[in-house]
Amino acid sequence: MEQKTKINAEDGRQELLITREFDLPLELLFKAFEEPGLVEQWMGTKVLKLESKKHGSYRYETKDAQGNVVFQANGVIHEFTPNRKITRTFEMDNTPFGVQLEFYEFEKLTGSRSKLNMHVVYESVAKRDQVLKLPFAQGLNYAHNRLQEIVDKLK
Amino acid sequence: MHLRRDIFQAIADPTRRAIILLIASQSMSAGAIASNFDTARPTVSKHLKILIECELLKQEQNGREIYYHLNPVKIKEIADFIEPFRKMWDDRLNKLETVMKKYKQKNRKISYGTENKN
Repeated sequence: MEQKTKINAEDGRQELLITREFDLPLELLFKAFEEPGLVEQWMGTKVLKLESKKHGSYRYETKDAQGNVVFQANGVIHEFTPNRKITRTFEMDNTPFGVQLEFYEFEKLTGSRSKLNMHVVYESVAKRDQVLKLPFAQGLNYAHNRLQEIVDKLK
Repeated sequence: MHLRRDIFQAIADPTRRAIILLIASQSMSAGAIASNFDTARPTVSKHLKILIECELLKQEQNGREIYYHLNPVKIKEIADFIEPFRKMWDDRLNKLETVMKKYKQKNRKISYGTENKN
């Protein structure tokens, strides 16, 4: 089966491209990025603020069941053209990844299908590679933690 | 805290990448590997040690000589390292698609009886 979400991250470059086609009309796809309540649902985070307009800004925050903040991110919107394009910065708080510049382009394919191109530029090649490796490292950590839990139960 | 070396650290060095390429086709002894480099033998040994610590290379005793060969499982790990990142985005955007399909249905119901050009 063909993969729906494609990532193009060329070696030695400080950027990456994420592309994805949706079984959604262009207007609905765009709305998913425009309305705070919808962003909350698919991003799985609380949206403290989202001003969908030029020079607007946004803030996300996720807490665990105990109320500890586990994820915080923020950025400013540089360009907001409905159903066409969003240019914004994105920064995860308390991480070494720095600020990234994001270009989201929305494209109509047919009346009921659309496409998203996400072009993300990092401060350096090293920072991009760190971000790419993050879920990989987490995956390994989870595997190790699971293993630890199983071993602990055997004791 | 002692940090274990990871495979990305292993391939960050050009000499170590050259060693990997060199033994990709056949297993070789340390001496044979070192003869391909201008660097001192202990330097090559140091690189081999790191590659073994990261499990990219495996040692095999063959008579009096130790041979080094690639560990295909670890090599695949490097090739696949971007996959969890892709999967993370794939899951997130699948969710977006599901959320918006539901949103579409809900809003269709609401707009029934009023104007609905879609």
